[in-house]
Amino acid sequence: MTLTAADVAEIMRLVEQSGFDELNLEIDGTKISLRRGAPTGATGAAGPAPSPAPLAASSAAVASATAPAAQVVADPTAVDIPSPLLGTFYRSPKPGAPPFVQVGSQVEADTIIGIIEVMKLMNTVRAGVRGTVAEFLAADSALVEYGEVLMRVRKPG
Amino acid sequence: MRIIRTCRELGIETVLAASQADLDSVPARLADRTVCIGPARPAESYLKVEAVVHAARATHSDAIHPGYGFLSERAALARLCESCALVFIGPTAAQIEAVGDKLRAREEAEAAQVPVVPGCAVTLVDDALTAARAIGVPLLVKAVGGGGGRGMKRVDTLAQLPAALELAAAEAGAAFGDARVYLERYVASGRHIEVQVLGDGAGRVIHLGERDCSTQRRYQKLVEETPAPGLSQRMRAALHAAAVRFAQRLSYRGAGTVEFLVDKERDSFYFLEMNARIQVEHPVTEAVTGVDLIAEQIAIASGAGLRLAQSDIRITGCAVECRINAEDPANDFRPSPGQVVAVTWPVQEGIRVDTHIAAGSRIPPYYDSLMAKIIAHAPDRDRAVASLREALAATRLTGVHSNLAFQQRVLAAPEFQAGGFDTGFVARLLEQPL
Repeated sequence: MTLTAADVAEIMRLVEQSGFDELNLEIDGTKISLRRGAPTGATGAAGPAPSPAPLAASSAAVASATAPAAQVVADPTAVDIPSPLLGTFYRSPKPGAPPFVQVGSQVEADTIIGIIEVMKLMNTVRAGVRGTVAEFLAADSALVEYGEVLMRVRKPG
Repeated sequence: MRIIRTCRELGIETVLAASQADLDSVPARLADRTVCIGPARPAESYLKVEAVVHAARATHSDAIHPGYGFLSERAALARLCESCALVFIGPTAAQIEAVGDKLRAREEAEAAQVPVVPGCAVTLVDDALTAARAIGVPLLVKAVGGGGGRGMKRVDTLAQLPAALELAAAEAGAAFGDARVYLERYVASGRHIEVQVLGDGAGRVIHLGERDCSTQRRYQKLVEETPAPGLSQRMRAALHAAAVRFAQRLSYRGAGTVEFLVDKERDSFYFLEMNARIQVEHPVTEAVTGVDLIAEQIAIASGAGLRLAQSDIRITGCAVECRINAEDPANDFRPSPGQVVAVTWPVQEGIRVDTHIAAGSRIPPYYDSLMAKIIAHAPDRDRAVASLREALAATRLTGVHSNLAFQQRVLAAPEFQAGGFDTGFVARLLEQPL
């Protein structure tokens, strides 16, 4: 199973609410280390904000075995862009090429943000809105479900 | 639910492919994982073969169980599984096609020396009129790609035939993507009796007895029971043997049901069709045989072959099942989608309830209205019917309309209590004043 950014956020929430100070988790090649207190620069992972700071105000990078896949930044002004299909999500037009968009990219409604492959058939996914990419949640080569949030876009104005 | 339940008992991990409308359902919560394959509309979710198979592969599933709706008899799903080394828990794609085409199924029956309803294929109106004279009126115009009571038109005089053919062909083309039709004699007093079979795919087939499903409203089953009451030993044995012969000739793999029409007046029977999947009413067979049919399907699919011999199958007592649907009998049984506010299912010795509905469950407007199956098992038919009536009386459901009260009327009817009635029973009951 692959951990999504939502899974990680949930894990962080559970740890924060628990009495534990540290969690090391490894699932299918993805490693997460969470440590209560100031982050010490452990490889590719960051801990939750020292309590009692609310989680919403903190930011954390999600590490994966391949590449950083998601930036979990809570932004109430951003809109969710849901997946129109179930399939395997690709962030780039082909392996090794730069991703279609990333955090900070300006998008229009018809900007291609990724490809969803269903049984070898490629489907282009477009932003559907105008704005700036605030978060990108869909991981490269991961299964996305119908309706799953692929990215969040901050609309202009 | 049913499949998840057996998988849990067997220690098999489950991934449920659900539409957005079903993500909050009880099965979704019970499955080890649920994956959303599309929006509520079946065409964009449950009927998308590629989405289902992609979801199975991406979740590292070993097999797909198609259940009994939607894609369960689509050869395309079986074929796609075959092409990517995913186990399809069911027959081969070729077998699904052989019995899915109703004309071809008739040919298979004749080749297996199983009697079929007098009838024939038709392409030209003139040929149809000639054939109709031979078959006799009344007759039925049936869709080759239909089945399950759909796509049929009754013709009472030869003059009605040309128009009926045209209408039936147009509707069949739209509904099944296949405009071919054929003619069959209309059997006035027929009992719907079907036989459950299990095949290992290598030529071995056993039967698990018959089910009487004559309680139907517009060809939709309402109550099913086993054994079929009032059948002579000769007839019962002949039905079992015919079903096994039919399936054996195809080297049928997995669970299947061969449906027959028993002509009461002529004391003969005819092959109707074969359903290449597990059926809604399978629990009554499980009750009297003690066999978990889903577990047997999984065993056959995993390469274990047939674990049971014919001599292992023993029928104990009688089982009767009621389907509880979200429909409004006062409004022509119109489906009644909505939200279940409160529900109490019966808890009683000898009663089994198969359901995915709990308090708060939503019944989306897009799918079948079946909410639950209530099954009674007892040493004899009278006690099974009494037990089922008690169970229905203890059932409470609010928030949506249901056919609960109508089912109580069915079970209380003298014709039902006597048993052995034909498929006209419910229509006759509906004509009677309340």
